[in-house]
Amino acid sequence: MTATAPAPAPDTRTTRTYQAYATPLWRRVLANREAAIIGLLLVVIAVSIAVVPNFDSPLTVTYLLRDIAPILLIALPMTLIIITEEIDLSVASIVGLSSVMTGILTQAGLPFPVAAIAAILVGTLAGVINGFLVTVVGLPSLAVTIGTLALFRGIAVGLLGTTAITDFPEFWSDLARDNIPGTPIPGIMIPFIVLAIAFAILLHFTPFGRSLYAIGLNKEAAAFSGVAVGRTKFALFVMSGAISGFAGVYFTLLYNNARGDNATGMELQVIAAVLLGGVSIFGGRGALHGVIAGVLLIGTLGSALRLAGVTSDIINVITGVLLVLSVVSASLLAWLRRRRISAIGKKKERELAASSS
Amino acid sequence: MFTMQRSRRFGVAITAAAAATVLALSGCASGGGDGGGDGGDGGDANLSVTFLPKNLGNPYFDTSSAGGEEAVEEFGGTFAEVGPSEASPTSQVSFIQTAAQQGVGALVVSANDPEAICDALDEASSAGVKVVTFDSDTNPECRDLFINQATAEGIAKVQVDLIAEQIGDEGQIAVLSASANATNQNAWIEMMEEELAANHPDIELVEVVYGDDDDQTSFDKTAALLQTYPELKGIISPTTVGIAAAARYLSTSEYQGQVALTGLGTPNQMREYVEDGTVTAFALWNPADLGYLAAWAAQALITGEITGEEGDTFEAGKLGSYEVGADGTVLLGDPYVFDADNIGDFDF
Repeated sequence: MTATAPAPAPDTRTTRTYQAYATPLWRRVLANREAAIIGLLLVVIAVSIAVVPNFDSPLTVTYLLRDIAPILLIALPMTLIIITEEIDLSVASIVGLSSVMTGILTQAGLPFPVAAIAAILVGTLAGVINGFLVTVVGLPSLAVTIGTLALFRGIAVGLLGTTAITDFPEFWSDLARDNIPGTPIPGIMIPFIVLAIAFAILLHFTPFGRSLYAIGLNKEAAAFSGVAVGRTKFALFVMSGAISGFAGVYFTLLYNNARGDNATGMELQVIAAVLLGGVSIFGGRGALHGVIAGVLLIGTLGSALRLAGVTSDIINVITGVLLVLSVVSASLLAWLRRRRISAIGKKKERELAASSS
Repeated sequence: MFTMQRSRRFGVAITAAAAATVLALSGCASGGGDGGGDGGDGGDANLSVTFLPKNLGNPYFDTSSAGGEEAVEEFGGTFAEVGPSEASPTSQVSFIQTAAQQGVGALVVSANDPEAICDALDEASSAGVKVVTFDSDTNPECRDLFINQATAEGIAKVQVDLIAEQIGDEGQIAVLSASANATNQNAWIEMMEEELAANHPDIELVEVVYGDDDDQTSFDKTAALLQTYPELKGIISPTTVGIAAAARYLSTSEYQGQVALTGLGTPNQMREYVEDGTVTAFALWNPADLGYLAAWAAQALITGEITGEEGDTFEAGKLGSYEVGADGTVLLGDPYVFDADNIGDFDF
């Protein structure tokens, strides 16, 4: 990162040293989209505690985290996928399919852990199908996953019809719902934090993670730099499938309910949160802490507004406006930056013209 | 560089301010509505009752919630209605959780799914919220009381009584049902046959036909019935789709006013046929009464007047006294008969 240009000795030109960064550290840390979303989250929490009755109870934390846990989980691989300028719209259908598999296998008499692992494997397989179609066949992921969105959902609803399986071992459903002893934090946060740390390391501190940004910014350049673009993307879709499968098992236990239409529409909630968290839909930009803050922001806002007695339609309107604002503000800032840079260039040109004449 | 920084911070500030305003506004708005509920905590009992229908914007549940609100006003509690915009199985869960967080006195729910909301209801119960279901029950162990709109016997009897009255207690009748394996309808038809045999020997049930709860099929089956049985005097259709389709056929045919039609229907579907004389009277329950009774039952649970045990009795305002039956069920009563005199009072 420290790009001090080595001065070629025989040249008469003066050595130019470049600063490693154009702005000081505090500005780089605080003045970015991730920090803005975290700030907004803190503002929303503070305002909610101040004005919304009952928001400050421990139950709020429990319910909030439990309900958004599937979105938090799926947002992890989704962030990586969107950074490579791809998208996976089939995640909610994989949740539904995995939920149905868990139900059917449990009903068939298999021990629950076996059924759960089988369901996660089904989710992984669904990810393999997505990955195969995107990377080996070379189709656009938007088209592929719109197709598999319908396909996986169709299989899920077809397997169970309109019936629901509601009988699961108490031990496991309690495990999914119980809090970490002595705290209002639900137990599902433990696997989530482990996964979040793993994904954060993978994305921000490994060559693999760095290659994702390279692919997102310019996949040809990435390929010529030695990044195995296809294999990387394939791995991401498989991860997405596996995590969605896991989220499906959790969803089933949380509501004690295996149905084909479980988690319908969740893919949009996940993608909305990822984009709100500062990941660019055009790839190459984004960080995990922003995404986690994005999911928490949408969840907290919904929870506070529900407690304040706002109807679900209005909550959707508010989240929608927030998302549009965040995307618009990102484009607006990019445009302003471009204008400034070109203004600097023009100024330099004028100065040059003035000095040479 | 400075312009960029400023505008960026400006954007962030605007978004934050907008979100804060929205929250503050909604918080204030609710402060006005919920203030009574919070204040109620200080009194003897927390008489705040929240209605959670299957979905909002459904005329049936608008009517039941209006009944609930009336009752809540009568006993001096605070009423609130929340609900999802679509009736999906897990969409009610977050609203149940919210009610538990708010610490409402009672939650009155029409369940979208008998099992999916059970755990959320259990948690609300352990947070001290009384749970009453109405219209659609959950598993009995998940709630304190279920307000049942009607029994199968009551539904069968009211329809037989209506047709007997309309055709002068003699002659041929037919039944236009839903599908051949519809559980509810088959149970009712069986009880109608028993009722006819026991109390109306001069009425002959000539045929049961099935319109599959499809408007066009029901319409065609009605036409076929009238041609097959020229002596037919009445039709019972114990399904809302069937009765509306049959009424539509009758109203445009030569049989209007000649062949009686009754069954289970909703006022909005049947209004024009009652007004043009095709249908004299039909039955269903009154959702407003259902909501009214549910709210009073909630009140009785909150004050500790009843616990939901079989044999408990409580007062329900204008509806009088009710007793809790087996499995914590309270029966609203006989189905409600809609005719030209009262149909104008209903909108569902």
